[in-house]
Amino acid sequence: MRIPGFLTAAAVTLLAACSQQGPGESAPATSGTAAGAASSGKPVVGLALSTQNNPFFVELKDGAQKAANDAGVNLLVVDAQDDPARQISSVEDLIQRRVSVILLNPTDSSALAGAVQSAQRANIPVVTLDRGVDGVDVASHIASDNVAGGKMAADYLAKALGGKGNIIELQGVAGTSAARERGKGFDDAIAGTGMKIVASQPANFDRAQGLSVSENLLQAHGDVQAIFAQNDEMALGAVQALAGKNKKVLVVGFDGTPDGKTAVQNGTMAATVAQQPEEIGRLGVETAKKLIDKQPVEKSIAVPLKLLTKE
Amino acid sequence: MTLHFDRSRAITLLQRLGSVIGLVLLFVVLSIMSPDFLTTDNLLTVLRQVSINALIAFGMTFVILAGGIDLSVGAILALTGAVTAGLMAAGHGMLLSAGAGLALGLLLGIVNGALVSWGRVAPFIATLGTMTLLRGLTLSYTQGSPIPVTNSGFALIGGGYVAHLIPLPVIWMFAAFLVCGFLLRGTVFGRHVVAIGGNEEAARLSGVRISPMKLAIYGLSGLLSACAGIVLTSRLYSAQATAGAGYELDAIAAVVLGGTSLSGGRGWLFGTLVGALLIGFLNNGLNLLGVSSFYQQVVKGIVILIAVLLDRRQ
Repeated sequence: MRIPGFLTAAAVTLLAACSQQGPGESAPATSGTAAGAASSGKPVVGLALSTQNNPFFVELKDGAQKAANDAGVNLLVVDAQDDPARQISSVEDLIQRRVSVILLNPTDSSALAGAVQSAQRANIPVVTLDRGVDGVDVASHIASDNVAGGKMAADYLAKALGGKGNIIELQGVAGTSAARERGKGFDDAIAGTGMKIVASQPANFDRAQGLSVSENLLQAHGDVQAIFAQNDEMALGAVQALAGKNKKVLVVGFDGTPDGKTAVQNGTMAATVAQQPEEIGRLGVETAKKLIDKQPVEKSIAVPLKLLTKE
Repeated sequence: MTLHFDRSRAITLLQRLGSVIGLVLLFVVLSIMSPDFLTTDNLLTVLRQVSINALIAFGMTFVILAGGIDLSVGAILALTGAVTAGLMAAGHGMLLSAGAGLALGLLLGIVNGALVSWGRVAPFIATLGTMTLLRGLTLSYTQGSPIPVTNSGFALIGGGYVAHLIPLPVIWMFAAFLVCGFLLRGTVFGRHVVAIGGNEEAARLSGVRISPMKLAIYGLSGLLSACAGIVLTSRLYSAQATAGAGYELDAIAAVVLGGTSLSGGRGWLFGTLVGALLIGFLNNGLNLLGVSSFYQQVVKGIVILIAVLLDRRQ
């Protein structure tokens, strides 16, 4: 048969000509950073969101949109629906659209390095929001100070429980910087007290999984005084798991979503470490504007958190 | 000379051309509306974006042509990608790891085929079951976290270029298209696929061995899903536990947009390629135009509905 022979020959030829460099990447980049001006004359900033199926990121987008209106910047929003492959595609689309800056809210920390490099090769600076990207150097990283937030939750529990007790920890999506940092801040602060983390399991930032994981862990560990969830959705799942059980367990969440705040008001959750997503979005656009105007920006911007309790 | 006018053939032709006309129309409109659309760089970028869906959709075309459906393709993609990355992380070579991933994809596809043929389970339910099962296996294998890839040779499969211009995934896509096109048009296997989809009982009576055919058809779909899984893992520098969620629907949409009938027996592979390109260019164009992602889904839904309505006209 002749076809396979032909294909093999073609494949060998192609492999010989293979490289990791794409079109134009070997030549010095030609288009200037802010040269990708839109037809309206306003600079365009791309915002690549991980998902809009979570109120947190919708608030982040709203904050960015407001700031963009004030700063006279066109904001182009693309949404990855939590699929890293889709996010790479939409970042590529933003590069093709020749936006001036890309604000990237990665779906996860490990998969987007290639997309960030492509943008940088096209001379488009990248600012990461909320989550970082491993293995690349970005113009700026804007996120809540998650380590400090984890410590806040631990300090609150130390005070409320008088420095001793057993704790269950519900972890977020493994591999995300948010999960890692919140866990680190919390675990390190707990280590210095008489309190003990008896179980620590991922429930992937998801309410339904927060419910089932809590149910299982409560079954396995009878003597528990507190549950720390690395976000409010999982904390609300834990609240469901405790409903109907005659047990006094303090639930502390993270994020300060509208549902989380309501639960703190109702007393079903003891506290939540509130993030300010609108502020992350606003600072993102402000940083982008500085990059367009060729002003220096900070490498890492920590957005403050605050502990919300019923009082 | 008498003029033969075969009405059903004319409609089929029109329908087939419909997807091509749709693609050309979309192309023209996007070129006019966005100055960034019609550049070599952008077109190649879209081809690369499309390649993963196209690879899956080629396999899906055989399954749908034979009157079946395969919902497990996204899950096969995730598991084969994870196993390939896992083997490399354990220190095995790239060829062995990728080969194991491909073999696993083929095997899982054959399991689907066995459930459908010997188990006499409806394809929808059989592959829904394996999809759920494989998703669970992937999550437990990866423990829910991504498996990073450090092998720079492996990163070329999805991220490399030929002659500094053409992305390698585009080459894989066209190579798979040629091979699958030959299988469908140039071999007995292809004719039997269409025969089974047209009328399984008639095909059986005329000597087509149904069960082995189904093992092969679903096996091919699994193999191509594994190819897509390896390309995706390479592109992402990591295997993601939840990779490929919803890809089965994108692949089915590409097949249907391309004019292949969901009831089987009628369709063509070129249409599937066109369907995949339609979806890809639609995504890209709407992003370039700055259309909200919410409306993007509305637009895609409408395009798919129009294609299916055209199919019902037959």
